[in-house]
Amino acid sequence: MINIQEVIETNKMVSAEHLDVRTVTMGISLLDCISDDIDTLCERIHNKIIAKAKNLVPVCNEIAAEIGIPIVNKRISVTPVSLVTARTGQSVKVAEVLDKCAAEIGVDFVGGYSALVQKGMTPYEEEFIKTIPEALARTEKVCSSVNVGSTKTGINMDAVRLMGKMIKETAEKTKERDSIGCAKLVVFANAVDDNPFMAGAFHGVGEGDCIINVGVSGPGVVETALKQVRGADLTVVAETIKRIAYKITRVGQLVAQESSRRLGASFGIVDLSLAPTPVKGDSVARILEEIGVDCVGGYGTTACLALLNDAVKKGGIMASSHVGGLSGAFIPVSEDIGMIESAKKGILKLEKLEAMTAICSVGLDMIAIPGDTSAEVISAMIADESAIGVINNKTTAVRVIPVCGKNEGTAYFGGLLGEAPIMPINSVSPARFIARGGRIPAPVWANKN
Amino acid sequence: MKKAIVSVIGTDKKGIIARVSGLLFELGINVEDISQTIMQQYFTMIMLVDLSEAKGSFCSVCEELDKLGKEIGVDIRMQGEDIFTAMHRI
Repeated sequence: MINIQEVIETNKMVSAEHLDVRTVTMGISLLDCISDDIDTLCERIHNKIIAKAKNLVPVCNEIAAEIGIPIVNKRISVTPVSLVTARTGQSVKVAEVLDKCAAEIGVDFVGGYSALVQKGMTPYEEEFIKTIPEALARTEKVCSSVNVGSTKTGINMDAVRLMGKMIKETAEKTKERDSIGCAKLVVFANAVDDNPFMAGAFHGVGEGDCIINVGVSGPGVVETALKQVRGADLTVVAETIKRIAYKITRVGQLVAQESSRRLGASFGIVDLSLAPTPVKGDSVARILEEIGVDCVGGYGTTACLALLNDAVKKGGIMASSHVGGLSGAFIPVSEDIGMIESAKKGILKLEKLEAMTAICSVGLDMIAIPGDTSAEVISAMIADESAIGVINNKTTAVRVIPVCGKNEGTAYFGGLLGEAPIMPINSVSPARFIARGGRIPAPVWANKN
Repeated sequence: MKKAIVSVIGTDKKGIIARVSGLLFELGINVEDISQTIMQQYFTMIMLVDLSEAKGSFCSVCEELDKLGKEIGVDIRMQGEDIFTAMHRI
């Protein structure tokens, strides 16, 4: 039988260290909803999502009650909308249907208002991307993502240029709420098809009809475990993280198995991520500080994060039968109390965050920047992050918020999205580079065949 | 039907085991194993129970246990056994 210490350890992780399953995300294919007529398309999308996901929230709540571990978010991801509206256009209507479905089912976000243009853009994809600001302004729960590069294809700099403009336009259209629309818009390189986390989740075209992807969490649990090995060498630190990551991931695996069985969906993947929230004791920054850097952002931060990220994967891989998604520590500034504090002190800077993105998931995430930042500078940030991803064969992303009307101070998004100090940026003009357009060719090691 | 772990933690007093096992009996739940100790002055007990003939759903049993816990001043929880085996056994 399980012993008393094991029961107490598990329950303490939940009550004192914020152990939770961060998200159960149901991926739903919309390919069979395609129609020549926008109203038929919308009706089919609504019917399919409701049919597949109507029990998502009650089933997750039931499982959470049975295992005694909270499942914080229930979400839906769908086939990139640019593909299903290729014939009809009028994509904003689909965004509104997705928003309505989310409200009816009770999920917090729906992802997949997306386009995959890593090599080229069709006219309908370009038209779709131009609807993103409007779609995000008119909906509450819809999330959008655009993939602009990949290791196999290089970087589509026309799409990068366009996305700089779209981020600015989204900020403008949601300016009365500190440009919150940009918190729901992410630009990727090497985007993954089975990501359960927002804002970047979409249901890839190579996926089945209906799948369950689970994202685990637990920065607080890792931090507490590391407090027990203060002063020990880094091999001990790595081993401690691996052991705890194994346990955390087992929770995700169990939830993924049970929820897919009860919902009649296929088990997709468990995403081995350490996702912070703005509450105390749930911070990735605090783990790095526990390892030994006094304040996140100081020298040593990148090395500590590399160790953490790698050990989480090593511990987690054995715990799950299918690992996927983004699988790495997240560093969203506005969602991590340690990152917020360090950024406010001016210690954590954009350049350090960029270095950190080279060795963990996922990118420049939830960073508020001055409202007067130009579209070209944002495009150039996207280009730099894409280059890191494309060359290193990993996912990278940019989710920055140029806060309309604010050039310093703090932007408030509320809830899980938190608050973010507006970080100063280097405003040297990259306009001539961005104006060139075209493609940055795929790196030499893309040619493996 | 699955098995579950009932955990009881609180200040030691007379009759905790009797009250908890009495309620489980009333709810048609069989106790298969018990482990009990005093940890840092707290009464700590876990029971492996079989819910196959339980009267009521998992959640309603949890509610009954919670009610009893409040009455006698201890914390009583019930969780599926699989979460602990998943986390603590390879």
